[in-house]
Amino acid sequence: MGSVASRSACALPLLLLLLLLQAERPGGAELTFELPDNAKQCFHEDVEQGVKFSLDYQVITGGHYDVDCYVEDPLGNTIYRETKKQYDSFTHQAEVKGVYQFCFSNEFSTFSHKTIYFDFQVGDEPPILPDMGNRVTALTQMESACVTIHEALKTVIDSQTHYRLREAQDRARAEDLNSRVSYWSVGETIALFVVSFSQVLLLKSFFTEKRPVSRMVHS
Amino acid sequence: MRRGHHKKGQAQGPAKTPSDSAGKVAGACGTQGAGPGAGHGRGWGRARAAGLALPLLLGQLLALTGGGGAFYLEVSEQEEKCFIQEIPDGTVIIGNYKTELYDPAMEKYQPSPQWINLFVFVKDPENKNLLARQYGPWGSFTFTSQSPGEHQICLHLESIRFALFYDGKLAIHLDMQLGEHTNDYMELAANDKLTLLHLRIQQLVEQVEKIQKEQEYQRWREERFRQTSESTNQRVLWWFILQTFILVATGIWQMQHLKSFFKAKKLV
Repeated sequence: MGSVASRSACALPLLLLLLLLQAERPGGAELTFELPDNAKQCFHEDVEQGVKFSLDYQVITGGHYDVDCYVEDPLGNTIYRETKKQYDSFTHQAEVKGVYQFCFSNEFSTFSHKTIYFDFQVGDEPPILPDMGNRVTALTQMESACVTIHEALKTVIDSQTHYRLREAQDRARAEDLNSRVSYWSVGETIALFVVSFSQVLLLKSFFTEKRPVSRMVHS
Repeated sequence: MRRGHHKKGQAQGPAKTPSDSAGKVAGACGTQGAGPGAGHGRGWGRARAAGLALPLLLGQLLALTGGGGAFYLEVSEQEEKCFIQEIPDGTVIIGNYKTELYDPAMEKYQPSPQWINLFVFVKDPENKNLLARQYGPWGSFTFTSQSPGEHQICLHLESIRFALFYDGKLAIHLDMQLGEHTNDYMELAANDKLTLLHLRIQQLVEQVEKIQKEQEYQRWREERFRQTSESTNQRVLWWFILQTFILVATGIWQMQHLKSFFKAKKLV
C-alpha cells in the first residue's frame, strides 16, 4: 500500500474526528474597542467544563490608562475583579460549564474615553490535522523541531502585538501633544493681545479725568 | 505588559501529549487500523476530494451554530458597537457572526428570525468606507485593507419590521479572523496532497510571513510617529520665535502708546 493510498484511507476517520472536534474547537478573540465614559461593556463566552481559558487586556488610550475588569462564572460568582488596572493577564480553569462573562467598566471616569485591547483564549490550540488517536509513535526529530519553531514564532507574534500596543499608546500621546501645541500657541497669541490691550486701556483710565463722577459728588 | 502568554499547547518536545499530531505519515493512518476507509485503496482517492467538501461545510456550520469559539456581546436594537483593528495593508479580514434574540419565556437566546439584519460598516484610517452593507441574521462579512492603520468596524442591528423591543436583548456572536488563520489545513491537504510534515512547514511559513508583514507595518508606524514628533518639534520652535517677537512688539507698542498719551496729558 503506497503512501497515497494510506493517505486516502485515513481521510474518513479524519473527517469524523474533525466533525467531533468542532464541538470543542478552541476559540479566541482579540479585539480593540472604545469604552465611553461611565460605560460598561460585557462579553460572554460559552465554556465547557475543565477547559482552561485566559484573558489578557491592556488600556491603549484614554485618561490615566486604567480600567476596571471583572469575570463572572455562570453561577454569578466573581472569579476575578480588579480596579483601575492598566494591563493584566488572568487564566482560569472552568469548573462549571456555561456562559462566562467578562466586563470592562469605565464608570469611575467622568470624561475620558478609553480604548481597550483584550485577548480571550479558550482551550488549547488545535493540531493542524486532527488525528488525535494516532499517537502510536513519538514525533520525529523534524516534527519536534517544527513544533519548537512554531511555539517560538507564537511567542514572537505575541511580543509583536505587545510592541504594537505600546507604540499605539505612545503615538496617540505624541499626536495629542502635537495638536495641543497648536491650540495652545493660538490661544496664547490671543491672550497676549487681549492682555496687553486691556493693560493699556486700564492704565489710561487711571489718568483720565473723571468729570461725570466729580459733578455728581459736588451736586 | 503582556505577560509571556504561552498560548496553550505546552509543546516541550518529543514526549508530547496526544493533542499534537502524529508521527510518520505513512505509519499514522495505516497502523491505526481503524475506520472503514482502511484498505480501500485507490478507488477511495477519487471520492475523497468530493467527500471532503461536504464535511468541511458541515464543520463550519457546526462551529457557527454550536457557537464554538466565538464570544458574544449583548446589544439592544439600533445600538452601535464598534471595534478597532490595527492592521497592515493587504490584510484580509473575515468576520463570522450570528445573531440571537433573547426569549424571555424560555430565558435563553434563540436564533434570530429572518427580519433582523446586521448592518456592517467598515472605515479605513483615512475615513473612507471600505464596506457598508446589510447582512442577514447570520453569515460572514469580509474585506481587505487598502492602507495600513486603524480600521473601524461598526455593527448595528436593524429589523425590517420595526418591532419595538422594550427589553429586547440581542446577542451578536462574533469571530474575526485575520490573515493566516483563514487557511484551512484540511483543505490544503486534500487539494495538494501534502504530507503532515509539509503542512507543518506550511504553517511555519505562514507564521513567518505574518511576522514579516507586521514588521513592515511597524516600520510605517514608526515613521508616522517620527513625523508627528518632528512636526511637534518644529511647531514648538516656531511658536517660541513668534512668541518672543510678539512680546517684544507688544511691549514697544505699549510704551509708545503710553508715552504719546502722557505727552498729550502733559504729565511727561
